[in-house]
Amino acid sequence: MTDQDDHFDGPRGDRASRKRTGIARRRVIGTPSPATRHLLGDDGAGDRPSAVTKPRELPADLPNPERAKRVERVVALCFTISVLASLAFVASYVIFPIHSIDKVLKSNLGLGLSMTVALLALGVGATIWVRHLMPQVELTEARKPLASPEQDRAAFRETFTEGAEASQFVKRPLVRRTLLAASVALGIAPLVLLRDLGPLPRKQLDYTAWKKGTRLVVFGSNNPITPAEFSTPGGIITVIPEGTAGDLEALAKAAVLIIKFRPEELLPPTVLNWTVDGIVAYSKICTHVGCPAALYEHTTHHILCPCHQSTFDAQRGAKVIFGPAPRALPQLPITIDAAGYLVAQSDFHEPVGPSFWELG
Amino acid sequence: MSWITARRRHPAAGYAVVVLGLVLVGVVYAAIAGYGASAAGLPPGSSAQEVAQGRELFEVSCATCHGLNAEGTARGPSLIGVGAAAVDFQVSTGRMPAKTMGAQVPQKPPTLDAAQTHALATYVASLGGGPPVPAAAQVSPAGANVGLGQQIFVAECAQCHNFSGAGGALTYGKYAPALTSATPTQIYEAMLTGPQSMPVFNDTTIPPSEKRDIIRYITQTRSEPNPGGFSLGRVGPVTEGLVGWLAGIGLLILAAMWITAKQREQ
Amino acid sequence: MSNADKALSGVGGYLDDRFRAARPVRSFLKKIFPDHWSFLLGEIALYTFIILLLTGTFLSLFFKPSMTQIVYHGSYTKLNGVRMSEAYASTLGISFDVRGGLLMRQVHHWAAILFLAAIMAHMLRIFFTGAFRKPREINWIIGITLLSLGIIEGFVGYSLPDDLLSGTGLRILEGVLLSIPIIGTYVTFFIFGGQFPGQDIVPRMYVVHILLIPALILALVAAHLFFMFHQKHTQFSGKGHTDRNVVGSPMYPYFMAKTGAWFFFVFAATAGLSTFAQINPIWLFGPYNPAAISAGSQPDFYMGWLEGALRMMPAWQITAWGHTLSLSVFIPALLVFGALMTGLTLYPFLEQWVTGDKREHHVLDRPRNAPTRTAIGVGGVTFYGVLWLLGGNDLIARFFDIQLYWTNWFGRVIIIVGPIIAYFITKRVCLGLQRKDRELLEHGVETGIVLMRPQGEFVEVTRPVSEDSRAVLTTRNEVPQLTAAQTTDENGVPSPAGHGVMGRLRTRLNHVFAEEIPLSDGHGGNGHGGNGHPELPVGADDKRSEPSG
Repeated sequence: MTDQDDHFDGPRGDRASRKRTGIARRRVIGTPSPATRHLLGDDGAGDRPSAVTKPRELPADLPNPERAKRVERVVALCFTISVLASLAFVASYVIFPIHSIDKVLKSNLGLGLSMTVALLALGVGATIWVRHLMPQVELTEARKPLASPEQDRAAFRETFTEGAEASQFVKRPLVRRTLLAASVALGIAPLVLLRDLGPLPRKQLDYTAWKKGTRLVVFGSNNPITPAEFSTPGGIITVIPEGTAGDLEALAKAAVLIIKFRPEELLPPTVLNWTVDGIVAYSKICTHVGCPAALYEHTTHHILCPCHQSTFDAQRGAKVIFGPAPRALPQLPITIDAAGYLVAQSDFHEPVGPSFWELG
Repeated sequence: MSWITARRRHPAAGYAVVVLGLVLVGVVYAAIAGYGASAAGLPPGSSAQEVAQGRELFEVSCATCHGLNAEGTARGPSLIGVGAAAVDFQVSTGRMPAKTMGAQVPQKPPTLDAAQTHALATYVASLGGGPPVPAAAQVSPAGANVGLGQQIFVAECAQCHNFSGAGGALTYGKYAPALTSATPTQIYEAMLTGPQSMPVFNDTTIPPSEKRDIIRYITQTRSEPNPGGFSLGRVGPVTEGLVGWLAGIGLLILAAMWITAKQREQ
Repeated sequence: MSNADKALSGVGGYLDDRFRAARPVRSFLKKIFPDHWSFLLGEIALYTFIILLLTGTFLSLFFKPSMTQIVYHGSYTKLNGVRMSEAYASTLGISFDVRGGLLMRQVHHWAAILFLAAIMAHMLRIFFTGAFRKPREINWIIGITLLSLGIIEGFVGYSLPDDLLSGTGLRILEGVLLSIPIIGTYVTFFIFGGQFPGQDIVPRMYVVHILLIPALILALVAAHLFFMFHQKHTQFSGKGHTDRNVVGSPMYPYFMAKTGAWFFFVFAATAGLSTFAQINPIWLFGPYNPAAISAGSQPDFYMGWLEGALRMMPAWQITAWGHTLSLSVFIPALLVFGALMTGLTLYPFLEQWVTGDKREHHVLDRPRNAPTRTAIGVGGVTFYGVLWLLGGNDLIARFFDIQLYWTNWFGRVIIIVGPIIAYFITKRVCLGLQRKDRELLEHGVETGIVLMRPQGEFVEVTRPVSEDSRAVLTTRNEVPQLTAAQTTDENGVPSPAGHGVMGRLRTRLNHVFAEEIPLSDGHGGNGHGGNGHPELPVGADDKRSEPSG
């Protein structure tokens, strides 16, 4: 018993036909696995009674009114739960105070839970309604080929060419070309307006806030530091130029790590003239893409950048030993001033941070 | 038909495949996990003071690796001059006495009690000096400036230990441990003595008041509740993405299957 | 007159008097939509976008897009006295000083996560079922554009609060922009309004995030949906499903109800996540400072692949004639992004060139029936997946106790080798599944009924597959083969199409693409021949048929 499809490709191709989904469940002796049952059509979709055209496309009611009544109650229950949850949302908003972490935790839980239940109940109710309260149909709609029929295309071509000729656009190249030139010229105006988005870089990337004699101050406390205070080998601390504590643009280039070695431990290409008593200063700004390269393993003397694993050897001039950074961390020349505090001898001898086209 | 194909319908066939898969994954994982080079040496120390009980404990628990006079051997560095603080940290967190010599000595339940630890620390300090165990008042977070603690923590500590103290990876199998269970004294001692790969932050670089600020930041953050729900590990967007795909998209796909499933009968 | 009739003639009449709406609205109501769960993935993206618009509007009423530094004094007492931007302080304010503020922040961020995840899942469904073929190529391009816009929108959005984690992401953006040859430094200074971080980036990102990109997305989504409506939705193969029809249930009331229910499910999932799973806890990160950094810093998942590319790249830099080309940054951050999006955009056209298939397609392919396309897709997914995995390599190293540098090396090797292996394995799996389908068609389904023949032999009874399944199994899009016969005429003169390097390449690729297991290889009809399985005809019940040889 096979299905008869109603033919639906009429001349206008847009009448729909109707088939009903199959109902009878088949009993089969033996145990085909669940995966193959659908291949045998055991999900009830195998057999279809032959469709008969009726005046209505969509049936008005379900075949089983008892069951429909039960389902209706379930759906109504879902929607009622949703109403209550929405009211609970309003109640949570009013009841739960905020302004501290613990209170916000309760408020978030109350508001969020009621909101979730309200939405979920609506979704579940609506789904049960569609699946079990609406009569099941499977309809077919015809597709027309998407390409327009040739006479429509011809008519379009005609209209378009007539218009083009009437506009003289094709026949008068002078007008056409000057119009194009005017449009292009006008289009430059918005681009020009963007020029003042920012200053030209010029040489700004080549210099930092470090100058000759600038004191190194510890990040956070802003206190200067002497070699005697920073004397335990294996020590590391972040220092910034004195006076730049709140200046984020300066910090973005001038943050520096000082590391304490025993003087005999430092090796080339570390510039020993730029160190003080085994204390060496390197730029903290990673030469890959600018994260602070701050992890320091004092047993291996490796500086590891946590972003992309660029690794620098602090004992040997912070040269790159692994990872995507293309160049060593620049070394800041340091010395001590008259009061005994660590100061910079000068700015870095090369630009800090990520490489750029004009780096040279 | 091969031997395996003939048994493809055997009741245990499915289980056998699963077991084989698990074994394969386990073998591959065991081959690549848990590796690393041994830790390098620690800095030597200075002068000494004797305590008999400490010495006895030392000879039993430590001398095998660190030498009878704490002078160091191939298996363990010299402890002369490391100070009582270092010993107190290592022993009270259970790292010492070390059982394995991998990339890093892990934390484990301590084998010596508080009194024994104190005796041991005093003995080692007597051998060569070094930083003493900080007093309770010195490490107490009460009254500390937690805002300053936050600023110093994110500049000096978070790059290894993560913004919430969840820990992080170092090279060659080493790692910065999570700060969830360290006591204020242990945190202070770790900063002071720089255990294993951790750098040294002595009291003249980060003064005691700032160390207290950091301790307050760590202890307050780890005990702070998560107002937004489960914390997902406090490691950032990686776990968030995982939950979003698995719980979010996964459950939604199940719901979609329900909505669009073919009806069995009306 | 019933209430419905009154409404129809009242409001309906009013509108129809002005818009002549009866016919177009009626055809809209009768439009047929096919049903499959995978067709709901795109709707997840649509509904999360609506949720983003709603929650985003709420947040914009409280957020201050300003980088002016202030000293915080508020409900999150741990940060009292700390200097931070107004943007960060206002985000703390939304989280702790506005009722429902934290919930709205979390719903907004979770919706963004689901938005991008749904776009990717939807894109994969479109790819593996071949729904991008003619006439839907333009909709595919719109989709890829929406994906790119979504990624940028998400990145800009989570960078607005100016916290340590997202500020690090902006720092990386600066480094990436600097690596652009010739114009890199200019682009960087123009976008940031000077040196990093400057005062301009957050307010500028705010405009991009709440106005420019949402407007573009809205317009493109509208176009995307309009084209889908106009061309009608695709459908999976099945009995009665052809390239000339759509089978399903009508828009009104069925599809409207289902999609409405789906909106509530999607919103409920977002709200559920926002209630129980904390996301983007900016108060734990702290305000951004260029000297500070956290271990385990990652972007949101949809940027993870770019992060992974940056991590696995070796340190390549070319310095010549006073200029530096930073390949270790430029290649992973910009070239990889551009190459993937370009490859995705061009794929429908490449496939059309290779297959020479210019027909309209409205019936979807089963992935196994397009083995080369599926294999290419899985190779692409592998490529993307390795990059994504590497984005979290430090967390993986910590959590699974694997050496850190091994993960980098793994990425460097597997990024090349992985997609190739995935291609070959997937293709073989697809061809194997095609063989299995052919066996099902020819031998029928094993029923588990065992029959004893008069000679004493035991055989298993098979039954032919049902009509529905037969329709699914036999529907194949045959790729026109560009054989030698088509590329040369009867005098052996090669045709222009098969000419030259491109022509020969096309013929070779066409053969690769068209590889499949033919449905019938002369083995014979249903279950006869070598294996001697007797068959049960469709409709027989509890009866044993005579074994036919």
